[in-house]
Amino acid sequence: MTSNSRKDGNENQVRKHIIAFIVEDRPGVMARVTGLIRRRNFNITQISVARTQIENYTRMTFVVQGDSRTLEQAIKQLRKQVEVLKVSELKPQTSVVRELALIKVKSPDVNARNEIIQYINIFRGNIIDISPTSLICEITGDSEKIDAFLKLMNSFGVIEVARTGITALVRGSEARPKIPETPYLDYV
Amino acid sequence: MTETTGCDKKVPFMKGAKVIAESLKREKVKNIFGITGGAIMILYDALQEYEKAGELNNILCRHEQVAAHAAEGYARASGEVGVCMATSGPGATNLVTGIADAWMDSSSVVALTGQVATSLIGGDAFQEADIIGITMPIVKSSFQIRRVKDIPLIIKMAFQLARTGRPGPVLVDLPKDIQVGEDEVYFYEGELEIAGYNPNIKGHPLQIKRAAKALLEAERPLIIAGGGVTASNASPELIELVEMLGIPVVTTLMGKGTIPEDHPYCLGMVGMHGKMCANLNINKADVILAVGMRFDDRVTADLTTFLTESKIIHIDIDSAEISKNVLVDYPIVGDAKTVLRQLIEGLKTLITSSSSNSDKKTAWQKRIKEMREACDCLEEYEPVTPIKPQYIMKELQKVLDDDSIVVTGVGRNQMWAAHHLRIRKPRRFISSGGLGTMGFGFPASLGAKVAKPDSWVVDVDGDGSFLMTHQDLATSFVENIPVTVIILDDRSLGMVRQWQSLFFEKRFVETDLGTVPDFVKITEAYGLEGIRIENPSEIGPALREAKKADHTVVIDIAVDKNENVFPMVPAGGSTDQPIPCEPWPRRYKK
Repeated sequence: MTSNSRKDGNENQVRKHIIAFIVEDRPGVMARVTGLIRRRNFNITQISVARTQIENYTRMTFVVQGDSRTLEQAIKQLRKQVEVLKVSELKPQTSVVRELALIKVKSPDVNARNEIIQYINIFRGNIIDISPTSLICEITGDSEKIDAFLKLMNSFGVIEVARTGITALVRGSEARPKIPETPYLDYV
Repeated sequence: MTETTGCDKKVPFMKGAKVIAESLKREKVKNIFGITGGAIMILYDALQEYEKAGELNNILCRHEQVAAHAAEGYARASGEVGVCMATSGPGATNLVTGIADAWMDSSSVVALTGQVATSLIGGDAFQEADIIGITMPIVKSSFQIRRVKDIPLIIKMAFQLARTGRPGPVLVDLPKDIQVGEDEVYFYEGELEIAGYNPNIKGHPLQIKRAAKALLEAERPLIIAGGGVTASNASPELIELVEMLGIPVVTTLMGKGTIPEDHPYCLGMVGMHGKMCANLNINKADVILAVGMRFDDRVTADLTTFLTESKIIHIDIDSAEISKNVLVDYPIVGDAKTVLRQLIEGLKTLITSSSSNSDKKTAWQKRIKEMREACDCLEEYEPVTPIKPQYIMKELQKVLDDDSIVVTGVGRNQMWAAHHLRIRKPRRFISSGGLGTMGFGFPASLGAKVAKPDSWVVDVDGDGSFLMTHQDLATSFVENIPVTVIILDDRSLGMVRQWQSLFFEKRFVETDLGTVPDFVKITEAYGLEGIRIENPSEIGPALREAKKADHTVVIDIAVDKNENVFPMVPAGGSTDQPIPCEPWPRRYKK
């Protein structure tokens, strides 16, 4: 994006950002939110979405690539959407970040299978399905851990992978973003 | 209507269409601009009862784009919400340009669209269009009503969102079965508390204090007033602040009229075709107070040379506008009227008898005054043939009164009007700023006239622009909405022609519109009065006659197509280096 040259520091550096937001659970909210981010020329690399502990409120976690000034703009634009209640950027240093991956890997013989099981144990994963020539395991962790595990599995032959995209919570006792106490308006 | 006991607002089993009509009435809607069709006729059927009672009036347009622009004109002239209505599919998509225009210029518009029945949505039914999806990036919010009992709440929300905070268009999609169906409904009173919507009205006291101090200590202060000053009715506060500190003001296109343009501190419009005195001083200021404006590229030109030396105070109700294009030093998020009042009060406590004008500030004011007078060149334009557009502005200025409303098309016509006409009150200059929509002028003038029937409404238009929506001369005739249309007729797409002339070595590609049509005959075909003028002496009398007329008059004036709009800051150039207008070097020799 264009910017006034006089005060630009290193804000133009493109990096990965985690944004978490609380939205009302209504039709079309996801389209509104992703549309806004697309308009700002951001690339969304990961999305995870699910209900919160309170009825009618959903938490979305996005990982986007961009410079911090453009990100600030995108967050301000997101906040303007009526269905978006709260938006926060979560810093990796002060948050716990997890992703789940299901990985189907070839295990043609006993030797291969045993080796894979060892790796799964080291990565504290689980085997959740097994067939004569393949198995499915689940691995949880930050994205880098899953990347590392996948790299090891490549030598056996990965058949397919399903990753959830990360979800994250800020450390400590506060809630971020916090669900506001304003009553929910009942319409669909 | 019968009311149940126990719950005084609950009405048993009302038909959806009637619930919508009743909701509109409760929002104090008086006029709707729209066209009927298969998916909205049920609502129109229910509106008839209200029309007969004189409570709601539908202005039947001839094209939905006109309905949307008319709603904008209505909203901007009145400060109330403009309402447009269309059927599903093509009716709804024809509204899109108007909705986009309202979005860019923050006009409070509610667009109601018919939709196929909920059971058919998504199945490519006849006249189905996903208007919610299509308009998503150009609305403040949008709703598709899926239950009859939700109608009062959603319509109330739509109007509240369109009207408050930073105004903007809101779309409500009305499936056919919702209009037909019946249910128990509850009508809400007062303002809704909407969890995800809390516009900040009051400015942060600490920021106000810092801004006040900066303004007071400034040696060369300058205010940029934008459309937000109009939207929040903050003109009195703006003028009070200007006079309190003696600060010169430039306005954006959208801010025209927020301070009387003959006020000694008003420098007129800034930007691409702004006044020399405005553009040449903006970068000289040491403190800029920007109110309700968004540093659009037509104002800033090249950002790397824009306001590089000044401290910037930016007041805007939309926090997303702060530091969007230009990084600012004192951001204040809040309503222009409220924040300007806070600033004035803050300044009162700071000003002491010793804080009189510094010599440097006096010199700044003197410079501004001299340059402002040098810009006052309209009287130089003589009645020559072919007619100079500036001469038309000179004649029009004489006929305008303070309450006349000038609406414009888009192109050179718009810039001549914006550059030369001195507007003295807010909401008296209505133009398509952000989107630059050709065809905006005439429909918006109809909307403005409906809002302000006692004002003379003049559409300064171009031949290209007017042709895009002129079919609604029919609406003007049938609904009896008299306006004056002045066509600056250069038989070309003049603004593009100007760019070709300046930057494309005079290769006039696709900008010549030929010799047709005959605008007099067109106008007469709609039962209205058309006049063709080629002799400049006829302009003044024709305008005075048109002002008195009780019907629409189209005055088609042949103008010199080789006359370009100057000054001009070329796109990407610096505001410091406009191509000057012809009189400037003669009139300002410093």
